[in-house]
Amino acid sequence: MTAVPNLPSAEPYLRQWTERRAGLPGGGLAWLAHQRETGIERFRAKGVPTPRTEAWKYTNLRALERIAFQPPAANEAALAFVSPSALPSVLPDGAAAVRLVFVDGRLHAGLSRTEGLPAGVRLLGLADALAREPGLVEGRLGRIASDLVEPLVGLNSALAEDGLVLLVDDGVAVAAPIEVVHLSATGDRAVAYHPRSLIAVGKGALVTLVEHHLGIAVGPAAGATFANHVTEIEVGAGATFHHYKVQREGQGAFHVARTLVRIAADGHYDNFALTSGARISRNEIHARLDGTGVMCRLNGAYLIGGNQHADTTTFIDHASPECGSREVYKGAIDGDARAVFQGKILVRRGAQKTDGYQINNALLLSDAAEIDSKPELEIYADDVKCSHGATVGELDAAQLFYLRARGLPLEQARALLIGAFLHEAVDEVQHEAVRDAFHAMLDGWLAAREASA
Amino acid sequence: MPAVNETIDTVRDVTEGAYKWGFVTDIDMETAPKGLNEDTVRFISAKKNEPEWMLEWRLKAFRHWLTMEEPHHWARLSYPPIDYQDAYYYAAPKSAQKPKSLDEVDPELLKTYAKLGIPLREQEILAGVESSNIAVDAVFDSVSVATTFRKKLNEIGVIFCSISEAVQEHPELIREYMGSVVPYSDNYFATLNSAVFTDGSFVYIPKGVKCPMELSTYFRINAANTGQFERTLIIADAGSQVSYLEGCTAPKRDENQLHAAVVELVVLDDASIKYSTVQNWYPGDAEGRGGIYNFVTKRAACRGKNAKVSWTQVETGSAITWKYPSCILQGDGSVGEFYSVAITNNRQQADTGTKMIHIGKNTRSTIVSKGISAGRSDNTYRGLVKIMPKADGARNHTQCDSLLIGDQCGAHTVPYIENRNRTASVEHEATTAKVSEDQLFYCRQRGLSEEDALGLIVNGFVKQVLQELPMEFAVEAQKLVAISLEGSVG
Repeated sequence: MTAVPNLPSAEPYLRQWTERRAGLPGGGLAWLAHQRETGIERFRAKGVPTPRTEAWKYTNLRALERIAFQPPAANEAALAFVSPSALPSVLPDGAAAVRLVFVDGRLHAGLSRTEGLPAGVRLLGLADALAREPGLVEGRLGRIASDLVEPLVGLNSALAEDGLVLLVDDGVAVAAPIEVVHLSATGDRAVAYHPRSLIAVGKGALVTLVEHHLGIAVGPAAGATFANHVTEIEVGAGATFHHYKVQREGQGAFHVARTLVRIAADGHYDNFALTSGARISRNEIHARLDGTGVMCRLNGAYLIGGNQHADTTTFIDHASPECGSREVYKGAIDGDARAVFQGKILVRRGAQKTDGYQINNALLLSDAAEIDSKPELEIYADDVKCSHGATVGELDAAQLFYLRARGLPLEQARALLIGAFLHEAVDEVQHEAVRDAFHAMLDGWLAAREASA
Repeated sequence: MPAVNETIDTVRDVTEGAYKWGFVTDIDMETAPKGLNEDTVRFISAKKNEPEWMLEWRLKAFRHWLTMEEPHHWARLSYPPIDYQDAYYYAAPKSAQKPKSLDEVDPELLKTYAKLGIPLREQEILAGVESSNIAVDAVFDSVSVATTFRKKLNEIGVIFCSISEAVQEHPELIREYMGSVVPYSDNYFATLNSAVFTDGSFVYIPKGVKCPMELSTYFRINAANTGQFERTLIIADAGSQVSYLEGCTAPKRDENQLHAAVVELVVLDDASIKYSTVQNWYPGDAEGRGGIYNFVTKRAACRGKNAKVSWTQVETGSAITWKYPSCILQGDGSVGEFYSVAITNNRQQADTGTKMIHIGKNTRSTIVSKGISAGRSDNTYRGLVKIMPKADGARNHTQCDSLLIGDQCGAHTVPYIENRNRTASVEHEATTAKVSEDQLFYCRQRGLSEEDALGLIVNGFVKQVLQELPMEFAVEAQKLVAISLEGSVG
């Protein structure tokens, strides 16, 4: 045991660790116990990140530190009123689609459907995998995350109970998108959970996953939730993985998600995040391009207001030559909300013929809105083409005038322009059906926003 | 074709020697004892015959400095720890008596300047040429040894003198403005400078005066192991205009030399300052031995309405460059500009950029940064554009382009954009590219050598910045650009 006193911000979680470690899933597995120990030590060393750390310069988690989060209780009873068909889906035929539903980080079998998957695809919860088939995840779980020494990733490694496991064999193409729903059931207690997901897409395989993060109130008082996600993804050679996310958690939610991806030669990783929820959210993606011919797309759109804080942090590591990466993030910020974009592209020595593109556009819709943007290039190879751009501004007065001159009321004209701005980012979604669904969802958000204005 | 002639000149310069300004002048120095403590600060202050308040300010800075830590974590620079006790903090040419005219100046010194090509001799007298419109306040190590055109400037009320003289003769201006833009507690190197600054320039342009000539100072670092701590203060009073040029060369040395300068600009209503720098201090040899450590704090405060500051820099020298000329755009309608060329070769490291802080309404800023990396060097643009909540209608446009020559160097861009006003518009774009084979082939096909072709292409890449320089510097800068990249192709 270390003699250094624990940081105050780490104290409540370390207590939980002491109390719960024996009962965590996979208790008998030595390799997992080792990962949990390493994780908690990494968390103990730094505690909850503060703006003094460069990577967290613009996102302050002090509000999170003040809340005494507890582990989730069994919410089965409280959720009795939710039927599979009543759960909203991102996809038009969502109710029929294959999907896993997690409530406060734990797989809810009653709401999930896994029938209809082709052979060669495994889709299950991490807790189940550890209990029944630990061989499925041993050697894979933690392989990528262990390289990222970061306190909240460490905390996740230590306290993870459940999460998504999706394994697609070589050459298997899954036609229909798979949906994974993360439901925060907010009751009167403040609840923290640490979902840990593992995805491996085999050589030449093709799969589409849509994550849907949302909150649902159970009981009158809506407590805070803290979802601390870590997802490890291996995209095999020549494989294609469409990975989409809708985050519309409640206003009391803290959502921190780390997606760690490694893409093998000629692999294609296509990520898009549509964000409107959470009090404080951070969508952080690290992608390493581990072979030639990789294409990596990280894109997103966000629409926030009130006192929301939405942070998008990306890191693309061009570790191999002849790869491409493309990033388009667009957001509209209203009220007192604040958006953060930190995008780093690293081109390693020898990663010649890299083609990297990144753009970040933000619209400020109110006087108190704020955007902090830090696009970063770090380049050690000369035969590369890299560019990044960032623009910040308000709605174009001339465009507004044009619309109003044609008889549109101000709010409608604004909504139209904000919509046009954000839809442009959604166009980056490579999967057609999901793209259409996201466009529709965005329209819904804009309509709701307009109605409440 | 003028471009071809330039290139031929350049190539001649290149073949003439690696660092053509690497020579050491032998002049007796009067130095403070080695090391840094309160006595050093008192020694410098006493040498300069400073009033008590100046000494107190220095000591306050020194005591604060002792509580600070050298910043090592954020800039993309790596260098061995600096031993602040292993340096001299004051060195002055022995002829402490101020020369009455150029004839009284040590001929050795004049020869040094002649080698540097500084038009120190008043060219009016030399040839009766009217076009010599540069006033030079030449700084040789720490003491300003000669000042020209003083009379002419005096007539219209412009004060252009060394900062030591200004402390004696214009204490009211110094007390009001020194430290008002860069406070003594600002950062590690600025605080060190505040404690031990030895000399530098002071300029005051009175209300409504347009300075009739470009003001120019050449800084040199001469004695081995003498940190150079320059302090420059320029005040442009309401409605005035001035263009200031700063050029630097330093003799070749094996040991690293520390340079921590502070430049403060104060711009009042409708005034403008144009500040141009060409920095080609000794960058160290091809293996990274020696070279200047250049940690500079430069900041301009646009205090008045429609005030304007334009920074132009050509940074080709120094082993380490740590420099972020900034603009605080406080007055409504004030304008900040930053034009930069930073070239690194061999083992050089540069971390440079700017900060534009928009406070007033309708403030505008433009940033154009061109970074060129060659050899095994690292070149980083680091900049901040910050729009405060009251800066309605603020505008910024930033363009950062990097050019890589060779596959062993690094080019990095780290811009920070913070916007808290919706009516503001901020645009940032950055690109990275190499000198294309097509361009090189095209030039070589027309008979240019590879080095020639490279010089031509690179000069094209940086043209947008060089054209912001006053004529006198633009020519020198073009040659420098090519010389700095010597040996980086083929």
